[in-house]
Amino acid sequence: MTSEPAAGNCLVANDWICGAYLRSRGPELTDATLQHVWITVLSVAIGVAVALPLALLVRARPRFAAPVLGLTTLLYTIPSLAMFSLLLPLFGLSAALVVTGLVLYSLTILVRNTLAGLQAVPEEAREAARGMGYGPLRLLWEVELPLALPALMAGVRIATVSTVALTTVGALVGKGGLGNLIDEGLQTTFKAQVLTASLLCVLLAAVADVLLLGLQRLLTPWTRARSDRAGGAAL
Amino acid sequence: MGVLTDVWTWLTTASHWSGEGGAWQRLVEHLYVSGASLLLACAVALPLALWLGHIGRGGALAVTLANAGRAIPVFAVLALFMLTPLRSAGYWPTVLALVLFAVPPLLTNAYTGMREVDRSVVEAARGMGMSGGQLFLRVELPLAYPLLMTGIRSAAVQVVATATIASMVGQGGLGRIITAGFATYDTPQVVAGALLAALLALLVEGVLVAADRLLSPLRRPAAAGR
Repeated sequence: MTSEPAAGNCLVANDWICGAYLRSRGPELTDATLQHVWITVLSVAIGVAVALPLALLVRARPRFAAPVLGLTTLLYTIPSLAMFSLLLPLFGLSAALVVTGLVLYSLTILVRNTLAGLQAVPEEAREAARGMGYGPLRLLWEVELPLALPALMAGVRIATVSTVALTTVGALVGKGGLGNLIDEGLQTTFKAQVLTASLLCVLLAAVADVLLLGLQRLLTPWTRARSDRAGGAAL
Repeated sequence: MGVLTDVWTWLTTASHWSGEGGAWQRLVEHLYVSGASLLLACAVALPLALWLGHIGRGGALAVTLANAGRAIPVFAVLALFMLTPLRSAGYWPTVLALVLFAVPPLLTNAYTGMREVDRSVVEAARGMGMSGGQLFLRVELPLAYPLLMTGIRSAAVQVVATATIASMVGQGGLGRIITAGFATYDTPQVVAGALLAALLALLVEGVLVAADRLLSPLRRPAAAGR
């Protein structure tokens, strides 16, 4: 609506969509995106590394099921802002604080899905492997985990998409990846920055989801033929 | 454990609770905004989900919406709203952001609840000559009720939890105690505010679980059997 568009300078006009912003702040956007990606990847990776032993523990000793599942569900109830704040005395203003909070959130879905995947492994498959002389570790690694993989990966996808969105709240302690740009853009009422960072965030979640789906297909080639047929039938 | 003592001191200081911007006012704001958002979200999502479930269409839409909803950061939506004229509309930016946040899971859960109703029961009701409306009110709705309530409960808890993020864009609610603490490097206040926000979310969850146990017509026999 400004009468003088200043030779098309959308930065001056504070437009929502602004090519000049993308060109002039490229490095800043890249840095924020990279921070967002590594915080997310690290959080989900640690989440999987913690969830797997917990799921195995619950499966081996069912009396731990109620406390473990109850506690991880309870953690999910805690507001993200509160979670990050409660960790402040332990970690100070650091990325470790954000990663720890995100790991705790991811456990809810990861433990549940890993456990469901492990419990869905057919007893016959286990028996057959034992009959072939597989020890417990080899049984887990070569039979149970591959069969549990679709459920586990479904959990990883949900956890990753949620974590990408939640990472923005890390802006509270200045470690929120694209959330930092959103926060800064809001303080300075810089529309292009807030919109660009928000859209990048959603894009990041979508790309992560597609990549993980591809990874799942690669890791479980035996399900491909079946799901292709099912997909064809559904059409 | 110095921090814990300081947190306790903060929580037991009367002046932190009373007056403009005190904890009581923030709590009331928080509950008001959460309640209004949840009611609006239910008013939008439930009729649509129940209708789609009744006619058996739109399953793909319900699932897609739930997935897309998860990818959208509430903080980003709030920040975008605060850069529009909405910013001077009182609590509306927060309420709208929370409605957008709550509608997808509500819709998906209610739809799933309707579709999980045993098809043979539905067929039997049809065979008895029930009309569409009777089928919906007397068969589908009562059978879908437990899942419906579970969906509303989890949405309520998530709305109460997420309402704290409103403080990051300068809106009201319990989160303000936290962000104000950050602004003044007051760690005891940050932790005290976080404790209050976390306790409120847990309390809401507890109250709703208890209400669900007491009110649900189908769960009572199961609970008595235990």
